[in-house]
Amino acid sequence: MNLELFIPELSLAAFAIAVVLLDLFIQRKGLLAVISLVGLVVAAGFTIAMWGGSPQAIFNNMLAVDSFALFFKLLFLGIAALVILASTDYVAKFARFQGEYYALVLLSALGMMLMAATTELIAIYIALELTSISLYILVGFLKDPKSTEASLKYLLLGAIASAVLLYGMALVFGVTGKTQLGEIAQVIQAMSLQATSANPALILGIVLLVAGFGFKIAAVPFHMWVPDVYEGAPTPITAFLSVGSKAAGFAIILRVFYSAFGLPEWLSLNWGLIFAVLAAVGMTLGNVAALPQTNIKRMLGYSSIAQAGYLMVGLATVGASPTADVLGRSGVLFFLASYAVANLGAFIAIIAISNKLDSDLIQDYSGMIKRAPWLAIALSLCLISLIGIPPAAGFMAKFYIFSGGVQNGLLWLVIIAVLNSVISAYYYLRVVKVMWLGEPASEEKVPSSGALRVALSLSCLGVLLLGIIPGYIMKMAEAAAKMLTF
Amino acid sequence: MSFPYLTIIIFLPVAGAILIALLKNSHPRLIRYLAAIFTFVPLALAVTLFCNFDKSLAAAGLIQFEEKLLWIAPLNAFYHLGVDGLSLPLVILTAFLGFMVVLISWKIDLRVREYFVWLLLLETSILGVFCSLDLLLFFIFWEIEVIPMYFLISIWGSGRKEYSAIKYVVYTLFGSALMLAGILSLYFTTGSLSMVELAQSELGAFTAVIPVAAIFFLLLAGFAVKLPVVPLHTWLPDAHTDAPTAGSVMLAGALIKMGGYGMIRVCVSIFPQVATNYAPLLVTLAVISVLYGAAITLRQTDLKRLIAYSSVSHMGFVLLGIFALGQVSLTGAALQMVSHGLITGLLFAMAGLTMHNVGERDLSKLGGLARQIPIIAVIFSIAGLGGLGLPTTSGFAAEFLIFVGSFSSTAVSGIQVYTILAVIGVVLAAGYILWMLQRAFYGPVLEQYNGAKDADTLERVYMFAFVALIMLVGIYPAILTDIIKLGISPITGLLGG
Repeated sequence: MNLELFIPELSLAAFAIAVVLLDLFIQRKGLLAVISLVGLVVAAGFTIAMWGGSPQAIFNNMLAVDSFALFFKLLFLGIAALVILASTDYVAKFARFQGEYYALVLLSALGMMLMAATTELIAIYIALELTSISLYILVGFLKDPKSTEASLKYLLLGAIASAVLLYGMALVFGVTGKTQLGEIAQVIQAMSLQATSANPALILGIVLLVAGFGFKIAAVPFHMWVPDVYEGAPTPITAFLSVGSKAAGFAIILRVFYSAFGLPEWLSLNWGLIFAVLAAVGMTLGNVAALPQTNIKRMLGYSSIAQAGYLMVGLATVGASPTADVLGRSGVLFFLASYAVANLGAFIAIIAISNKLDSDLIQDYSGMIKRAPWLAIALSLCLISLIGIPPAAGFMAKFYIFSGGVQNGLLWLVIIAVLNSVISAYYYLRVVKVMWLGEPASEEKVPSSGALRVALSLSCLGVLLLGIIPGYIMKMAEAAAKMLTF
Repeated sequence: MSFPYLTIIIFLPVAGAILIALLKNSHPRLIRYLAAIFTFVPLALAVTLFCNFDKSLAAAGLIQFEEKLLWIAPLNAFYHLGVDGLSLPLVILTAFLGFMVVLISWKIDLRVREYFVWLLLLETSILGVFCSLDLLLFFIFWEIEVIPMYFLISIWGSGRKEYSAIKYVVYTLFGSALMLAGILSLYFTTGSLSMVELAQSELGAFTAVIPVAAIFFLLLAGFAVKLPVVPLHTWLPDAHTDAPTAGSVMLAGALIKMGGYGMIRVCVSIFPQVATNYAPLLVTLAVISVLYGAAITLRQTDLKRLIAYSSVSHMGFVLLGIFALGQVSLTGAALQMVSHGLITGLLFAMAGLTMHNVGERDLSKLGGLARQIPIIAVIFSIAGLGGLGLPTTSGFAAEFLIFVGSFSSTAVSGIQVYTILAVIGVVLAAGYILWMLQRAFYGPVLEQYNGAKDADTLERVYMFAFVALIMLVGIYPAILTDIIKLGISPITGLLGG
């Protein structure tokens, strides 16, 4: 038993518990944020030290320690660090439970890290629940009616999604008799074509898995919770949900569908097609629904549904040719990284602005370029990245993920996707327009704290680096993607 | 590696933009001088390139001042810059206009800092398009241009500026979305993003992911929106009319040339066979653009809108020259792009100046201005005469080459008929330009414009620069055609003509 391979997770769990305990003794609650950040940095340090090693399995083949998992662990740790930096001002307003807030963010990140590593159905379910339950609480943290409603909605729909997921897992287990992904794959590949294709339980199981995971990544038609929850949740948590939770969902989908259902080819072609259709519907619906939004958090909620659609182009690519294709998988990984920096950056700017304005209405951003020039420039850059205009990261991500689609005969889907980007330009630019062209409501400057400025600068730096010199991260994503096996 | 001329030319304006953005002291005067310096140096360097360019016949098809670095390994994308006979004149044109628009914008006093930042970024992106030899790099520069132009139109424009700005963005993104799909298809058909390699390889040898003709049209869509080709032109009159003067000069002078350049560099060079097959269709569109554009120009009463529509017609000549696919016609098309950039740039500058000094741009309310603002009237007339193709102006040389080249081209059957139809466009041009000049500058003097100021020293300087270049190219076109030929001859070699 190689416990040292589990050190990043263990250290993060230890820090999460430490934060809760220290909350009892520490008067200056700001220290808790610092301790949480230290915990994330320590865990990231351990994770980086493992990069490049040969893939290993621990806990009786329940968890894999490979570059795929490590790539995602680094991504989640980075996301959680930015979220905590962005939370400090926000949380300082709470009278109580500040320690719990930071601890839950850490635990949720821990759950995501486990999700990226699990290779066994039961462990997947447990990791998923660890993430979700922490997030249910965090969404309701404000305790005002909107936040409570959001939390309840998220909890109820999340529970249903979990049930659907479990049902799907049960069916897959019933057909194959295994819970470990590699073993499931072996059983399915050993079955004759007729035995699999005539087996409705297997097909139904896979469809239910798509539905269960689809909830996590906000794929249409499992997206109903998104706008309400995004609007009601504390804004840093909305940011966390929109990038962390989504990335974890994609990590697990890639792992499950590629490892367990990658072969035989007719099977992957079929689930690839499901994802292709979900992608087309998701981005179109998300973009069209975002057009009339007046609340920026709701708008970004619909935009995240659309972005999930672009990401699913990568999943469809994987399904279209699981044996030949690395580009689809690495495309998803790279897209997630660049989406994470851009979306987090946008949310951090929104947090800073709404701290002052106490409003999330787009019209209140009027003339922001005069009141807070750097915030407005940073938010514009992040929105431009979300449209996919160079030199921002979003462009490279789209180029990369769509190139996989074109390579594998999904040009129709790519054309739908690029036309969707044009639609999306309209509502993203509307925010930019209001900030640059509108008259400011007052001359008063909008201040931002040091922590927010650091977080925002890091995100914007990420957006530019991934957009201008993406080669290094692309190589990492490729190395990670190659690690997935049947 | 030799001195990286092109990198410096392309990125100096950005450096200037960053400097201006970070400046503590935001005195407008300082910002103007900085902008002038950071656009003048690229112009000087571009002229140096022109002088050092190998103009011997042996250099035909050679890429000069090449820079090549591996940029994104997983995508096989290179930071690959270079100029040949086709792109060099356009680089010089852009650098020239980039410097001129700073002078033209000298009197801007609204949000001066931001204004010059966007103007400089715009110049970089256009220069980048003309210098890139890697399709991904090309596309990135192509896309970056959208953002500065959006802000220039929507903040410093006039009329329905926000509507025009977003219309411009949506049209451009729509075209470039299809272009992106085309680039990706081309990349996976051949495994290369290098424009040089692609032009030399035989596409038939690869198994294409989709029919080669479909890739051709996906790419063409992006260029056709930009050029523009009727019926994709409706963004142009709105954007040109509502943009600030400098924005109109850049749009009409340099930006829409990206469309024509892309058609020659990508569509014709990489897909010679498809271009030949579909030439009749595209030449038909060219004739429609020329005649429809001219007809609609005739009924404009707004000074800027009139000039804008005339661009649609004049770009139709470029399209005709390109898809007549002859050595002479392609040379004419490339020359027409430069010539139109100078002439229409000057026309928009003069229209802006008239508007600024007189305060009116509705032709039905203008008249007799030749008495009150004689210098502007004379220069406006010279530019107008260039626009209708009077000999000794560059407009004549370019259009003459296009018509002669098209008429004698053997690549498209029945091209003579198309050419004759297109020539009617010149007659119509004479109509709308002379009518415009007459309505604005001649006829009875109107008293309310008595106090109007004529051009001041700075304005006379840039007017003179424009006129000198228009005359130079008109009287001695070989100064450019000798270079352009070097870029065109390998392409016509591919066409087998």
